[in-house]
Amino acid sequence: MTSTRSIGKFEYKKPGSLRTTLRILSNKGADARILAGGTDLIPQIKQGQISPSLVLDVKNVPELNRLDWNEDRGLRIGAAVPLSKLLTFVAISERYSILAQACSVIGSMQIRNRGTIGGNICNAAPSADSAPALLCLGARAIVASKNGNRKINLDDFFMAPGKTSIGADELLVEIEVPTPPAHSAGCYMRHTTREEMDIAVAGVASFLTIAPRSKKLKEVRIALGAVAPTPLRVHGAEALLIGKSVTERIIEEVAEEAAEEAKPISDIRASAEYRRELVKVLTRRTLWKSCEMLGIEIQR
Amino acid sequence: MKLKINGREYEIVSGPGTTLLDVLRYELRLTGTKEGCGTGSCGSCTVLVDGKAINSCLVIVGEVEGKEITTIEGLSRQGKLHPLQQAFINEGAVQCGFCTPGILLTAKAFLDSNSHPTESQIRQAIAGNLCRCTGYDKIVRAIMSVADS
Repeated sequence: MTSTRSIGKFEYKKPGSLRTTLRILSNKGADARILAGGTDLIPQIKQGQISPSLVLDVKNVPELNRLDWNEDRGLRIGAAVPLSKLLTFVAISERYSILAQACSVIGSMQIRNRGTIGGNICNAAPSADSAPALLCLGARAIVASKNGNRKINLDDFFMAPGKTSIGADELLVEIEVPTPPAHSAGCYMRHTTREEMDIAVAGVASFLTIAPRSKKLKEVRIALGAVAPTPLRVHGAEALLIGKSVTERIIEEVAEEAAEEAKPISDIRASAEYRRELVKVLTRRTLWKSCEMLGIEIQR
Repeated sequence: MKLKINGREYEIVSGPGTTLLDVLRYELRLTGTKEGCGTGSCGSCTVLVDGKAINSCLVIVGEVEGKEITTIEGLSRQGKLHPLQQAFINEGAVQCGFCTPGILLTAKAFLDSNSHPTESQIRQAIAGNLCRCTGYDKIVRAIMSVADS
């Protein structure tokens, strides 16, 4: 038998408890990388983009494998839960269709069997498909270190491409997603050049909550992906809708404002101008679709 | 480290940071598993881990210690082809053959979880397996024929 080469010069550890993991991170956090599904991390190591001295596999940490839902606390998704497991969880399809939709377009079956929603947000790609949906749902990241836990609102989570507000000695334990309020609905749409196995050129998630009698909008969230250094909410566009009845004209204004608030770049996938146009189109479509899901008629 | 592959236990000498794909091909000489892109985009290296299809180029062996690994070499039983393998022969669903091992394993994992899929579900299931010869129609037909039977 011949031995074959490791993909990098790193130590591999697979601790079985949260406590041990946090202790290791408090000593060696700066040189360590967390391994959950590995679908982003392994290619990054192979391609020499990163060269950690320690790879910390967290798949055996019980707290990171939790997946549960209850009305009051909402959904808790352990950071190491594979996307395919999340997608078969009943509460997801029943109550979080926007999240199910966003997660189902990530990678292939093989990728979803390994990749996690925790990794999707920690990798902090501007195009992360789960991010706009999570931003719309008001998700929070539960982060632990040797010194205790803290909650980070997802609005404050993404700092730059590949960079989050999680410290080197901290670990994402789970993502908490509140139960969507009654009379709410939303969806995620993205544009890709291929139908499958592609990275979004632009993505938009919209999520609306209406007052049941008046059908006026009580709460509005619109979040964009792949059109700024981080996934982002477009607060100006959201504000245009709050307290209003939905008309065709307002939707157009909101779509234009969302495009205005995007900060796209030109790259191999598309030009900045094209991305801005896509934001307008996708915002309009997600709003129409969300209204349809809520059964409200759009006034002409 | 020990790995369980196709029902047999192997003692391996490669370190935990080696990809499962490299261990299969270069240490154990199980060369039915192919390397295409090496980045998880093409699916040529698909194997099953505890019955689930994964890209073996994106997994290091430390992660799969103690798991049941199935490669294409383990799909036939006692010299008898798996129904999917026979269906690929019957339909002529092979051109250059490089993507075939990966597609067979993806199809097996998929049919194990959904025995009566629609054609579009099959196409979606094999979306992570690229066939550069573009012979998808016969591949889909072969998988359909097993699903129907």
